[in-house]
Amino acid sequence: MLGAVLLGFLFSLFLVFAGSYFRGKLAVLSSLVPLSLFIYFLTFLPEIADGKVIYENYEWIPSFGVNLSFTLDGLALLFALMITGVGSLVFLYTSAYLKDHKYLDRFYGYLSMFMAAMLGLVLSDNIMSLFIFWELTSISSFYLIGFNNDKADSRKSALTALGITGIGGLLLLGGAVLLGEVAGTYRISEMVMMRDVITDSSHYLLILLLIFGAAFTKSAQFPFHFWLPGAMKAPTPVSTYLHSATMVKAGVYLLFRMTPILNGDEIWHTILIVVGAVTMVYSAIHIIFRTDLKGILAYSTISALGILVFLIGIGTQAALVAAAVFIVVHALYKASLFLITGIIDHETGTRDVTQLSGLRKVLLPVAIAGFIAALISGGVPPTLGFVGKDLIYEATLHFKDAAIFLTVLAILTKILLFYGGFVAGVKPFMGKLPQKFEKLHLPSPLMWMPPLIMTLAGIVFGIFPGLIETAFAKPIAMTQVIEFEEFHLKLWHGFNSVLGLSAITITLGAILYFTLKPKHNLENAIAKLDKIAPKDLTLKLSEGFAEFSRLWTNFFQTGYLRHYISTIVLFLILLLGYLIFSDFSLSIDYSSLTELTVYEISILLMLLMGVLYTVFTKSRLAAVAALGVVGLSFSLLFLFYSAPDLAMTQFSVDTLTVILFVLVLYKLPKYLKLSDTGVRIKHGVLSISFGILITLLILKVLNEPKNTEISEFYAENAYTLAHGKNIVNVILVDFRGIDTMIEISVLIVAALGVFGLLKLRLKTRDKK
Amino acid sequence: MEIILAIITGVLYASGIYMILRRSMVKLILGIILLGNGVNLLIFLLGRITKGEPPIIDSAKKVLEGVYADPIPQALILTAIVISFGLQAFAIILVKRTYKVLKTDDLDQLNTTDEDS
Repeated sequence: MLGAVLLGFLFSLFLVFAGSYFRGKLAVLSSLVPLSLFIYFLTFLPEIADGKVIYENYEWIPSFGVNLSFTLDGLALLFALMITGVGSLVFLYTSAYLKDHKYLDRFYGYLSMFMAAMLGLVLSDNIMSLFIFWELTSISSFYLIGFNNDKADSRKSALTALGITGIGGLLLLGGAVLLGEVAGTYRISEMVMMRDVITDSSHYLLILLLIFGAAFTKSAQFPFHFWLPGAMKAPTPVSTYLHSATMVKAGVYLLFRMTPILNGDEIWHTILIVVGAVTMVYSAIHIIFRTDLKGILAYSTISALGILVFLIGIGTQAALVAAAVFIVVHALYKASLFLITGIIDHETGTRDVTQLSGLRKVLLPVAIAGFIAALISGGVPPTLGFVGKDLIYEATLHFKDAAIFLTVLAILTKILLFYGGFVAGVKPFMGKLPQKFEKLHLPSPLMWMPPLIMTLAGIVFGIFPGLIETAFAKPIAMTQVIEFEEFHLKLWHGFNSVLGLSAITITLGAILYFTLKPKHNLENAIAKLDKIAPKDLTLKLSEGFAEFSRLWTNFFQTGYLRHYISTIVLFLILLLGYLIFSDFSLSIDYSSLTELTVYEISILLMLLMGVLYTVFTKSRLAAVAALGVVGLSFSLLFLFYSAPDLAMTQFSVDTLTVILFVLVLYKLPKYLKLSDTGVRIKHGVLSISFGILITLLILKVLNEPKNTEISEFYAENAYTLAHGKNIVNVILVDFRGIDTMIEISVLIVAALGVFGLLKLRLKTRDKK
Repeated sequence: MEIILAIITGVLYASGIYMILRRSMVKLILGIILLGNGVNLLIFLLGRITKGEPPIIDSAKKVLEGVYADPIPQALILTAIVISFGLQAFAIILVKRTYKVLKTDDLDQLNTTDEDS
């Protein structure tokens, strides 16, 4: 299975080098990649149908519990087949849709990378590798959505999608780590056994919210749904692939996977049902106001995702089976409708449903596919859509409380979805053909065969629902539900309440379709409400955040050295001040202090005078001379207090500095009084308080006992080990010899710099 | 003595920072030198000062015994003095060069990379 996951990545890598061959007629060959994977996964069908689960494990970072472990059960197989199956058709379709596009190879590269990431996601048994693949889908979908990168709209949508799903990814990481820590394992199959530990844990609620955040952002649940309609800027094959079968189903997949681990508490059901119900109704109502075919499909996709979340929230066996079947139904009809929309767009150049009509006369096979797709979407017998819809009603009707209310919501959504399906799949082909479309002709079979194949599959599965039952529904139910009950999928259940509800749905949907026509003024009317829509609110939030960051940065990054220094000093003053005064006790042991003689006092007075003169004099020469006095006083001080080496170094260095200063002094600018008195006082206060704090700090430290261990080591070993009697010298040239060598190189670099600056001639600038 | 030296260190710090906060580049360098001296004195002081007992082994002995000044702060300060000399020399020449090219000593006029401003 590792090979199957890697194949897509390898293929996209291969395209980097061999891409130019795949731009032309060979492009269609790239669909062999998903097709071979599809066949490979088909071979597992019999085993999985028997209820087997296949594991594979490759160690990756075992110390962190991150491994590439894969599992293939009913759920994973359903998604794997959907990803590779729809993938094959999309790959085929793209070769005609983007024929002779100059970046076709790049497109295939992104697409196969995305496919591989999706496969990795659904096959991962390790929650960390699941997270990695999850992020990979976000990243590769960013490239796909922004494929037309010369359009500003496209780039913006790609960024929005990446932003929303990226936040979800972070939440998933948080949830995964918590889950792994609580369960003591990062393998999902082992977490199922730890179910009680996890649901009883105090982190349970947090885990739940993190996982929900990840799933809701990825699967475009209210209020994170707005990235999905935006992502419609992508080329149609991308919308088809991402929104019907893969990307947006990843969140649903995650919820499905987590069902046997997390669904212990009431809150799991409540949140999922509420969010799912709000999403499905909210976006189903939005369908009425759309005139762009892709817009209609986008909102019906969100609504379908809402239904799935809602069903997982109900969480009974019937609901989970209904969700599994509905995933297949939705993939089949939504992918077909997207592909059909792509054909219409490709041929007529418009997706505005108010302008399209009568296309059946020129695009007959497409019209057939569209009609069947609408039937599946509307749940009309004998399609699989009918089976799916009945299962949904059955699940809501048998939910313990609020059965009636939930059923009504489901019916309302279903009616609107029926309407959406027919507007997208049937309306463009009915009525009179406008003159401007008369010269259209049927595109390459590569484009109209894929939707036809998928819709026909929808009918075949509808007539023989047993296929779906043995292949997916039962294995999924067996692994996801604790107490498995035998069940059978049927097209015909006999006359019962569910059938009645179905009939009501279809009738009302048909009435809605025939009475309500998509109009632009409806679309404009709802646009006025955009101000309070989550999309605009989020955009405003991000703009506000950017504005805040700008203000914040401008406040601190003024570009004036003194502001930076003042900020640092002020911060240190506050910090040190707090530390010193929060525990203030100053007791000085006068007996331990060194005594004071007249020599020292005179030196210190000299030093003090030198410092003050340096600061306050108005003459540069005087300042430099005073600095020299300071240095020489230091030299004497070192001499008194047993540091002859320091005294010598300080003496020579200080002499050199003063000489250097004086040499270049006449080339230096004159002192100018640049700041006003207020600023001077402010800076004075700042520096004096810092000086006082340093003094207090020293006095405090002097009270602490001193650690002499290292000094004693040097005192004992300076002669025995290094044969030197002056310990300071021994430390510098022997014990820390390499440090000194590096110090010398620093000096060399400084000397080179000085030399360079003196000799450098900037020809153009100097002459200015 | 320690108390007075601690106060002197404070004075050095205060005057160093005050000079660094000026807009004139020459004062900036003077400030850096003063602050450097302050730091050296701080290290020296925290290593405890000892009068007239340099850390040098008597010619007749092999091991340093009795009361002696701590050699480690001295080694540290020696390094610091030498390095700060490198820094000072470079800074002085840099300021000279900057003034020659840009004809200004005001740091406030040097905070942009645009040539024409």
